[in-house]
Formats: sequence, C-alpha cells, structure tokens
Amino acid sequence: MSDVYIVGAGIHPFGRTPGRTGMQQGVFAVRQALDRAGLEWSDINFAFGGSDSAGNADTMVSELGLTGLPFINVANGCATGGSALYGAYNAIASGASDLGIAVGFDKHPRGSFSPLPADWGLPDWYGETGLMLTTQFFAMKIQRYMAMYDIAPETLGRVAEKAFANGVLTDHAWRREAVDAETIMTSQMVSDPLTKFMFCSPGEGAVALILASEKKARALGLPSVRLRGVAVRTRPPGSFEVFSPAIDIERGGSPTTVASKAAYEMAGVGPEEIDIAQLQDTEVGAEIMHMAENGFCADGEQTAWIAEGRTRIDGALPINTDGGCLACGEPIGASGLRQVYENYAQLTGQAGARQVPGKLRLGYSHVYGAPGISAVAIVEA
Amino acid sequence: MPQLTQTSFPPIADDLLSWQAGALRLCASRERATGRIVFPPRAPDDDRFEPILLGTHGTLWSWTIQRFRPKSPPYAGPDAFEPYAVGYIELAGELVIEARLTGVAFDDLRIGMPLRLVPLAFTLASGAERTTFAFAPVAGDMA
Repeated sequence: MSDVYIVGAGIHPFGRTPGRTGMQQGVFAVRQALDRAGLEWSDINFAFGGSDSAGNADTMVSELGLTGLPFINVANGCATGGSALYGAYNAIASGASDLGIAVGFDKHPRGSFSPLPADWGLPDWYGETGLMLTTQFFAMKIQRYMAMYDIAPETLGRVAEKAFANGVLTDHAWRREAVDAETIMTSQMVSDPLTKFMFCSPGEGAVALILASEKKARALGLPSVRLRGVAVRTRPPGSFEVFSPAIDIERGGSPTTVASKAAYEMAGVGPEEIDIAQLQDTEVGAEIMHMAENGFCADGEQTAWIAEGRTRIDGALPINTDGGCLACGEPIGASGLRQVYENYAQLTGQAGARQVPGKLRLGYSHVYGAPGISAVAIVEA
Repeated sequence: MPQLTQTSFPPIADDLLSWQAGALRLCASRERATGRIVFPPRAPDDDRFEPILLGTHGTLWSWTIQRFRPKSPPYAGPDAFEPYAVGYIELAGELVIEARLTGVAFDDLRIGMPLRLVPLAFTLASGAERTTFAFAPVAGDMA
C-alpha cells in the first residue's frame, strides 16, 4: 500500500458558460491541472471521471490525446466526484499505478432537477401527484430538525449570508455578490422554511485532481496534500433520504454518519483535529445538519456556533470556504471534487483572497446525494 | 364539497388504494422475515412480503409547503397551480408516510398534530380527475 497524494488541481469556473459544453469544461480543468503541475496528458496513467448529464467522461480523450490510458466512467449521482476520487485513490494505494487523474464536470438546464420515478425505483403516482421533489425533502428534514433541536430560524439566513460572503472572495464561484441575512430570510418562500436564497441551483463547472503515489509525489516536488481518509457509503437502516414515500419509525444513522466515521477511522484523526471543512450545502439546512452528522458539533449547538461566527473564514472551524454549493451552484459531477479542490487550495496556501489564516493541517470534505450516498475525504498538508 | 367515495373517480394508481366498508385505506407490505412494513406496497408476486392495509390515523412528523409548480414530467397536474402542503405522518407501530395535507390552513400546521387519512381529488393536466390520498386534521381538532 502506498500513501496517496494530490499533486495538482484544476477548475473551470462554476456558474453558466454559454457556448461551452460540460465536457469542454472538463477538458479545461484537466489541462489547467496539468499546466499548473508541469505535466503532460501523456504522463497520466489512468483516469476516473464522470458527469451526471453532460456526457461520457472517457470521450475526453478525443481532446486530451489518444494515449490509450484506462479511463473509467463513474456515474454515481451526487457522489460521482467522490466516487471518482475513491477509484483513483485505490488505483494508486494498491500499487497498480502511480499517477492518475480524477475529473468531474456537468452542465444542467436551468431550474430544479426533474427526476423520473422509474429511475429511482418508485411508482409513477409519486411523481405525478407532486411529492417527488428534492426541495420538499430538504425542507422537511430541516423543519423536523429545527423543532427537535430548537434551532433558531435566523440560523438559516446566517448560513447563506456566510456562503455568499465567501463567494465574493472566490474566483471560481458563481454567486459573487454579498446578500445580507435579512434579505435572505425575507426572499421568496420556496418550500417552508427555506427561501429562494437558501437553496443552491443546478449549474455548470468542472474540476480535475492529479493523484500520485508517495514516491512519485516526492519525485515531482509539487505542492501537495496527502489523502488520509477516503470513504464512500450508502445508507444504513432507518435513514431519511431524498425520494422516500415512507420511512421507518425507528430512526437510524445516515449515509453521512457512516461515511464520516469510516473516513475518521481510516485517517486516524477525530473531528476536533480538523482545521477546515467543506460540507454538502445543497441548502442551508443541509450545512447545519451536516455539521452534526460529520461530528463537528452536537445536535442543537449550531445556533450558537453560527451566531458566534465560528464557521466563517476567520472562525475556529471555517466551513465551505469557497461559498460551497450555495455560492458555486451544483454541477453534480463536479461538485464533490470542488470541495477537495478547495481543501487542496487552502492547505497549500493557494486560496488567494479567501485563504484561511494560520497553519492548516487537516481539511475535511463531504458530499451527499440521492438515493442516500455520502463520500468523505480527509486531506493533510 | 361532498366526501369522495370509491366510485367518484378512478384511483391514481392500481394497488395503492383500498376501500373497506366505504372507507379509504392504503395498501402496504409487511416483510415476512422481519415484520418490517414498507410503502409503497411490493409487487404481489414477491413472496418475501405479505399485503397489509395501513392504519388511518397518525401524527404530523414534519411538513412543508410546495410553493412552486413542480416540473412536468413527472408532475401530472394542470398548468394552473395553487401551493399545497406536504408532510410526513407517523402511523404508530407502522411507518412514517409522505402525503399531501388537506383541510388545514398552512399557518395551523404543527409537528405532532393528529391527522387522519382521507381521499383527495387530483386533477390531471387533461382535466380528468383521479382519487389519491391525503391526511387531514382529525374532526374536532379544526380549531
């Protein structure tokens, strides 16, 4: 088993780029990662990549070069990027290869996702009667959570306010204008208690990460972080997921709690040692609940944490330092890798205006999606 | 509006609704090995499960308001749109089921409020009517 390092990273700006396909954005991200690392496509021995709705990643070889490398397409919903990273990690950790790439890209039409029941193993009536919406799930999960753990309503506004403030500082972010909590709280109600500004939007973007074995990383001498823990998990019994016509009365854990525990164990570290975290924030409630599900605070402590600014860039545990999905949008195939890109940029001191002050050792990233899957990565400077 | 009956409109789907002595029930399945109840019901030929009918009374577990018209497909309703309430309802000893909420003002929705199963007319984009299910406040709890 070799240790695995991220030795380079590239990103195509998130948001909307008319005239450029999702796959072209993926090619852009790969070329940028290679350029920054001083590597050629022909140096890359394998690739894992995917998109949710922008085509087959392996056809990128037409643009990047017909080197004959193995290119594995990953289609894992919201965890596509996390799963590509998992595949690339294991290809190197196993000793099978020493230099590879994980790439994710996407380009979604405007508006909310429009899933079809049959694709999710559900009867048509569930979608026909207006019950099959991700927004409803997010709203009902945080509605219940707020009642059980006495989360103050203004906490919702403050999370989005922080996201947009961080987006202002982030080159690759989509939303780059500050929005105050009052405006967020009083904007159009979408699905109570969540308003328009509390949701991220499907968007576009691409990320590529170059992974290397310890020996190769040492030879290259590039700014790098070590992948200490990488875990992908599906849901345990009793979880509460997107697109659930019914759930068990006996509540259990979540795919996030399971993936988080596995990643901490693999890394041999605990949540108290993490310096920065990128947590799935499809909407503000997700960030709030994921703070607890990933072990950073107890249920209910979020109100005080966020009121005190502890999750801001200058706080004790900065969360979603590039504005997360709320400011960057959610191109499904790229979103999970963006989080790891951000930790790489922060831990190698390349985050520019949004650079978290002080010495950063451990970065944590977490992506979650339907039908109950989470991917967690822990990187060390 | 008069109460919907079994003969008012066709059901929104087969194997979902059951009428027992004029009262609506929901079809579900119980896993024979574990006793775990699942909804929607499994296919009738799945021997690991036996068909059951769910209880008709429960309490509100969580809720939201659908404020915008869902995309079609999969939504089959008309273009004209009125916001509607959606919730998860805990049926004691069985499961927590997702459904539309009806007969209650949005401002009166409270986690823990008692609810009962009722039939609900659902208008398709074509204008045709179907019967689906919803939960409404228990009579006498309307204040």
